Order: sequence, then structure tokens, then C-alpha cells
Amino acid sequence: MLRVASPLPGFGLGMGILLVTLTGVVLLPLAALLGQGILMGPVEISGHLAPARVRAALLLSFRAALVASLFNLVFGLALAWVLTRYRFPGRRLIDAAVDLPFALPTAVAGIALTTLYAPSGVFGQALAPFRISIAYTEVGIWLALVFVGLPFVVRTVQPVIDEIDPEWEEASATLGGSRLRTLRRVVLPVLTPSLLTGFALALARSVGEFGSVIFIAGNLPGKTEIAPLLIVIRLEEYDYDAAAAIGLAMLGISFAMLLFINATQVWTRRRIGHV
Amino acid sequence: MSESSPPHPVTTEAPPIRALLTLAVLALTLVLLIAPLAVVFAEALRDGLSAALASLTERDAWSAIRLTLFVAAVSVPLNAIVGLAAAWAIAKFDFRGKAVLITLIDLPFSVSPVVAGLALVLLYGSHGWLGVWLQAHELKIVFAFPGLLLATLFITFPFVARELIPVMTEQGRAEEEAALTLGASGWHMFRTVTLPNVHWALLYGVLLCNARAMGEFGAVAVISGKIRGQTTTMPIMIEMLYNEYLSVAAFSMAALLAALALLTLALKSLLEWRHADLLSATRRH
Repeated sequence: MLRVASPLPGFGLGMGILLVTLTGVVLLPLAALLGQGILMGPVEISGHLAPARVRAALLLSFRAALVASLFNLVFGLALAWVLTRYRFPGRRLIDAAVDLPFALPTAVAGIALTTLYAPSGVFGQALAPFRISIAYTEVGIWLALVFVGLPFVVRTVQPVIDEIDPEWEEASATLGGSRLRTLRRVVLPVLTPSLLTGFALALARSVGEFGSVIFIAGNLPGKTEIAPLLIVIRLEEYDYDAAAAIGLAMLGISFAMLLFINATQVWTRRRIGHV
Repeated sequence: MSESSPPHPVTTEAPPIRALLTLAVLALTLVLLIAPLAVVFAEALRDGLSAALASLTERDAWSAIRLTLFVAAVSVPLNAIVGLAAAWAIAKFDFRGKAVLITLIDLPFSVSPVVAGLALVLLYGSHGWLGVWLQAHELKIVFAFPGLLLATLFITFPFVARELIPVMTEQGRAEEEAALTLGASGWHMFRTVTLPNVHWALLYGVLLCNARAMGEFGAVAVISGKIRGQTTTMPIMIEMLYNEYLSVAAFSMAALLAALALLTLALKSLLEWRHADLLSATRRH
């Protein structure tokens, strides 16, 4: 790293502390995981990923994360819009509550959601007459992931909504645009980059989520067993290679998805200009 | 979240749509966010306050509480020091590869906690890359306190740095340069100029870091080995008690962590309300 001359001291010390801890805590362990993959080679890795149970777990983790993040995209946008644009009693309280999933430990959220939606729980009982069961099904996994991912969308979109100049909307209305048309053609394009960022953050978080999911999921192999749980199970069996193969697959697919979202973002920015 | 001026009629939705949207959002927030929080306290107090308190003073529960406090007491200050060091080097100096470095600091956000735990086991475990060397030196990391610490540090690594870097970048280096010109030593300048300028942002980062450190489950679950009374943190203890159908005990411990989360949110809102200008504008965690 080439440093431009500066009269301030402490660059070496600060950078030294950062690089030593970053390497020891984050980079070396991840390198060990990659190294395990290189030692195994692609054939052995795909061998570990071949069983139906493993494929089902990986597919479930990404499908559920996608469903939950799409829901959060819509609900998060609505929540952010209502919180910034409307005034109603309790608004500040709701605004503070949005951060609850950041602050509440995932295991706590997990047992709370399970207790609510289990057949004996408050919501579980209410839904029973309609033959809807949420706990111990894939819907329960969606629910837990909606919970953990919600703040990401709200908090990335909120500041952008706040910055929209009402004059743009006024101009659109004056020119005869209906409210819906104004929202679609003026407001939404401005929000798109931040919506994508929030979506990507929620997705990245929910793909790997463990604590809030395992209680409500039921963990039936091939049905409601998520990929991180399968890693834990393989580790408990001391099958490090299989665990590493699933871990690498998760890392690979997450990075591919984030790359895709990043590319979409660059594309939308180019199409609608910088905002 | 500044107050915007009252909406102009043409720049808002029709009243019925507004009412409907507000109600829908309120209902979903209630079901999705408030109900889980309420059920934690309701279940904890199901058999009364004394039963809840009794379950928390049980030997294993008490040792889990102490362990979690200990892990946080070591990892949070370490994280604060590393975050300050990182922000100083990144925000106050120009060098090539800065963007890559920031991406690497952010890396833990896009890695599953379980994969983080797995990576640590593959490096520091007895079958891991450093396993033989560690054993020869009688160092135990996995299934012991250092492992819990490493897992917590991995997960919380970006928290303080991400909060400080934008704030310190925005403040520039003119004040520090002035202090040096006036003859202050490096440390003196850091203590009297830099630190006072960022202390609210630092506190904000530390607050969120602490909440995550005390509540981390996935990474810790992989590396703890779940030895009762030794490597069982509060979130792990919650899982054990819940799986043993000791509902009141599980929810009492959960209520303790939920109370901590509420305190964190209250302090966080207070900081945002009082010192919004001294915190980084975009916050995601």
C-alpha cells in the first residue's frame, strides 16, 4: 500500500493493529476454509454436495432468503414511506422498533416466534381454523427471515426518501401526472439504488441466518433443514470436509448473488443517472 | 430522520390510501416486531417473577450470564481499539487499496455466522491447520474461552470501524494538523482533538457491537462445544433450556437479553436524537 505523505503520525500503528487483527480473526480462518476446498478439489467438493439432503438444504436456504427479502423489499419500502412521509401518533416508537431485529439476539427471536406460531401459541391457535400452520414449515422459515432482514431495507431507503425534494413531485403533478404515475416515474427511480442495496443486505443476512430459524423450522432433513444447520450437524460428526464443502458452496452462491445485485445497481444507475 | 414540512396536497396520496397504508404498516409491525418481544416477557413471567428470578440464579444459568458478560467485556473494548486504529489509518491518510481494505473489514457482514465458526474451527481446531502447533504449545482455542472470543470478534469486527470511518473522513485532518503545529505530541493530539470529535460515534458503534457480542449465537454455537458451566453463553443456554422444555427458564434468560436489547435501542435513539450530526449519516446496523 503506497501512502501519500502526511504530517500526521500513527499511520503505521493504526494500520498495524488493523492488519494483524483482521488477518488473525477474519482473513486467516476464511483462508483455512478456502485451503480446505483447494485440498479437496472440485471433484470431492461436488461429491459432498451431491446428496439430495445437501442440495435440498442449500436450495431451501437461498429460496427462503429470496422470498423473505422480496417481501421485505415491499414491506420495508411501505414502512419507510409511512415513517418518513406520514404523521401519526406512535410514529417515533415504531421508528425505534424497526431496529429491534438488530438488537434482539437471534436465539431470543427464534424461541419467541416459535412460541407465537406453534399450534399452541397465540397466532398458531388463531390460524388453526383456517388450516394454516406456520411453525415447523417453510413458511415459518420465511417469517424468521423477514424478521431479521426487515431493518436493512427500511434503514437504507429511509434517508433517500427524506431527501426527495417535494418540488419534483409537484412538477410531475402540475404536468398532469396522476399520483400513481408520479410515484412510478419520479419517486421509484430515485429509490431504486437504495432499494437494491437494502435488498442485497437483507439477502446476505438471511441466507446465512441460523439462530432465529432453527427453532421455528422443525429441521426435517430434505424439507425444512437449512444449510447452516447441516454444516453444524456435519461438524458434530467430525466430517470437516463435508462441512467445508457446504460452507464453500454457501460463500460462493452468496458472492455470486451479491455480484449480480451490484451489477444490476450499476446498470440502473447508468440508466437513470446518478442519484 | 428529520421532520419534513407538512405534505402538500398534490405531493401525497389520497386520504383513504394513506389511512389504509398506515394501518397495514402498523398491523404488520405489531405482529412482526412487537408481538415477539411481548411474548418473551409474558412467557418468562408465566409462573411469576420469583420463579423467573430463581431460574436465573441457578448455577449453570448464573455461569452462562457471567461468561457472556466476560466475553463482551473483553471483545467490545478490543473491538473499540481496533475500530479506532482502523478508522485513524483509513480516514486520515491516503493510500492505494483503501476500497479493498474497507471491503475486507465489511466481509463478516456477508459471511454466515455458522460459516464463520466453521472457518475458525478449520484453522484453530484440533484437526485444523494450526491444530498440531497449538496442541504442542498446549493452547486450547476451540471449545474454550479464546474460541468464543474469536467468534465474537469475527462477527462484530466491522461494527465500530464502519461507524467511525465516515465520521472521521468527513472531519478531515485540519484540526489534528493544527494541534501538531502548536506542539502537541501524537498521543496528546489524539486524546484532546480526535477522540472528543468522535466520542459519540464511538459510543454508538460500541453500543451496537455490545448488543451483537452478547447475543451472538451461530458462530458461538459452532465453536463453544456447549460444555455446561464452562463454554455455555447466554444464547447457547437459552437453546439448551428451550430444547429441554424448561420454558420459564429459557424465557427468563431470553427476557434478560431482550431487556438489554431494549436498553440498547433506547440509548441508540437518544444518541440519534441528540447527536445526529456527529454520527455517520448512513447506518445499516
